[in-house]
Amino acid sequence: MIRIFSLLAGAFFSLALLWSAGKGAVSYISEPTPKTVEASFHEHPKPLHLSSDGPFGTFDRQQLQRGFQVYSEVCATCHALKHVAYRDLAALGYNEAEVKAIAAKAQIPAYNPATGEVKMNPGQPKDHFPPVVYGGAGSPPDLSLVAKARHGGPAYIYSLLTGYADQAGYKNEKGEELLKKFPEAKTPDGLFFNPYFANLNIAMPAPLVSDGQVTYADGTKATVDQMAQDVSAFLMWTAEPKLEKRNQTGWPVIGFLLFATALAYMAYRTVWAGKKGH
Amino acid sequence: MSFPWANEYKPSHPAMVWLDEKLPLPRFVFNAVGAGYPVPRNLNYMYNFGVLAGVCLMIQIITGVVLAMHYAANTGVAFDSTEHIMRDVNWGWLLRYAHANGASAFFVVVYFHIFRGFFYGSYKAPREMIWLIGVLIFLLMMATAFMGYVLPWGQMSYWGAKVITGLFGAIPLVGEPIQTWLLGGFAPDQAALNRFFSLHFLLPFVILGVVILHIWALHIPGSTNPTGVEVKQESDTVPFHPYYTAKDGFGLGVFLIFYCAMVFFAPNALGHPDNYIPANPMQTPAHIVPEWYFWPFYAILRAFTQDFLFIPAKLLGVLAMFSSILVWFLLPWLDNSPVRSGHFRPTFKKFFWLLVVDVAVLGYCGGSPAEEPYVIISQIAALYYFAHFFIVLPIVSMIEKPLPLPFSITESVLGKDDAATVAPAE
Repeated sequence: MIRIFSLLAGAFFSLALLWSAGKGAVSYISEPTPKTVEASFHEHPKPLHLSSDGPFGTFDRQQLQRGFQVYSEVCATCHALKHVAYRDLAALGYNEAEVKAIAAKAQIPAYNPATGEVKMNPGQPKDHFPPVVYGGAGSPPDLSLVAKARHGGPAYIYSLLTGYADQAGYKNEKGEELLKKFPEAKTPDGLFFNPYFANLNIAMPAPLVSDGQVTYADGTKATVDQMAQDVSAFLMWTAEPKLEKRNQTGWPVIGFLLFATALAYMAYRTVWAGKKGH
Repeated sequence: MSFPWANEYKPSHPAMVWLDEKLPLPRFVFNAVGAGYPVPRNLNYMYNFGVLAGVCLMIQIITGVVLAMHYAANTGVAFDSTEHIMRDVNWGWLLRYAHANGASAFFVVVYFHIFRGFFYGSYKAPREMIWLIGVLIFLLMMATAFMGYVLPWGQMSYWGAKVITGLFGAIPLVGEPIQTWLLGGFAPDQAALNRFFSLHFLLPFVILGVVILHIWALHIPGSTNPTGVEVKQESDTVPFHPYYTAKDGFGLGVFLIFYCAMVFFAPNALGHPDNYIPANPMQTPAHIVPEWYFWPFYAILRAFTQDFLFIPAKLLGVLAMFSSILVWFLLPWLDNSPVRSGHFRPTFKKFFWLLVVDVAVLGYCGGSPAEEPYVIISQIAALYYFAHFFIVLPIVSMIEKPLPLPFSITESVLGKDDAATVAPAE
């Protein structure tokens, strides 16, 4: 009885799948889906090597401070960093007085329930980065987690920042010219062409436009490429501030487990000695 | 509930004698996982995964209870409270990564455990009840994992909840009221998040209870073994302690090395980046994908793209997805070959490995976008999946000629069985 039921159920699902697969195959051959402009011209992130990469990764504090400077002077105009508190900046190598000075430059809104007023106070180390008021086109995302919230992570941020291109005459690796192949895909007014962005057209104008846009406190030459790398490294830190501690904890844990597992293996062999046939 | 030669618990210390009279808990442990439980002597490493699954459940419960002390199930702050755990709670990042990767580790070991059962015929008489309870545990795990993934209230949390509860909407007539009832609204929102948190806290303890039934049922016939030949005599078994406690200790060490390497060095490798974006009901992600452990079932769901016999494609997909797991409940009766172990079933063995490859292909397609060629590959793979359980297994078990079995477990280990020749004929 159960076998008859099972054969019927099996036949039912198999036929339904054959029907779906057959119809799918016919339409796949008769009317193949044309390749979209994104499929042909969207680029994977360029390689970016950071000191925080890999299981031995540590943060380069000089680079994080430079990246923080780029964030503060360029990105912070539009993008917030709400999960980061000023006290967290101590991890970048700033001392207490420096953290207090950085915080004090910010204006933190405080709501007074008695009067209903919102008063702006100078920031303190305990405060988080304040919300950013933005009235332009698009919706700039909060950057605290962006390095973990995009495929490719910091390499994506670096590629996006350095990937703006002139759409006229733009060719991909195969040598196909975008506007010749997809004339209707011209970037609309108010958007900017960037092949590293998912749909190729981003509302953010290129934020890093010229060498020396930021004057680094440590004297590093502020090329566009350098600034993009530094701010990507900084955003990796804001997304995963415990990365160093995680790696540094991981190795002793693995070391202990290797040792304990070796002991467990020897205990297992000792207990079983004489019980194995061969 | 055990073999007649099982060691008896004999407390020597007066305190233990006293305790044994009042509450024989040490006796219970001794008979369950101690020297009082005889186990086949020939279990291989595939038999480590049951204990590992138990360890994973404990890791999840312990990390989960502590995470719940810091998490807030409110749509306004759920995402931020998760980040608060990651940044400001002492060792909070470790708790959360251990919990998120612990779910993956739990599914890895359970999939090994299930496929071990497929290969060695662990579902066959007299062990049907152990198997049925095991499938129930797997279903409870899936529900728990799904609801846990919703709690951080990221983009994939939200849209995953929307898609999965939407599956109930495919049921004719009552589907939409059921979906609304499950969510407590027309879309995932505060009511859904709060009840998912409540159930996500409750279900692991339900799983723990059902695991106890699973082990209880196991102790009646005892474990199966790689030969599939039943235990006949004392020389076929060894006491669980110290033999299998030692072997499981080693297996646990190897498991923890892999697990900790994931937690400490690649904690986000199995996650989806979109779940670090706060839930936004106004913006659908480009590709909605569940966690990797659901991919094979997700591929089956999406493989049905055409209406068939006036049944809508979506309903077919939902029926098929649930059937793909519910068919495991029928397994003891679909495969009635008298031989348990795949080692002695040459035809079955080939189809078993085909199923392993098939499920891997389904998993790959389930994690890929719903485009060609993935759709057609998943349709062929899903077809084999159903054919394997509903058609191939019943037929193979009828027509296959199994290889000769060893006389006993002892013979399979030692090559000879002195005990059997010495034992008087019955």
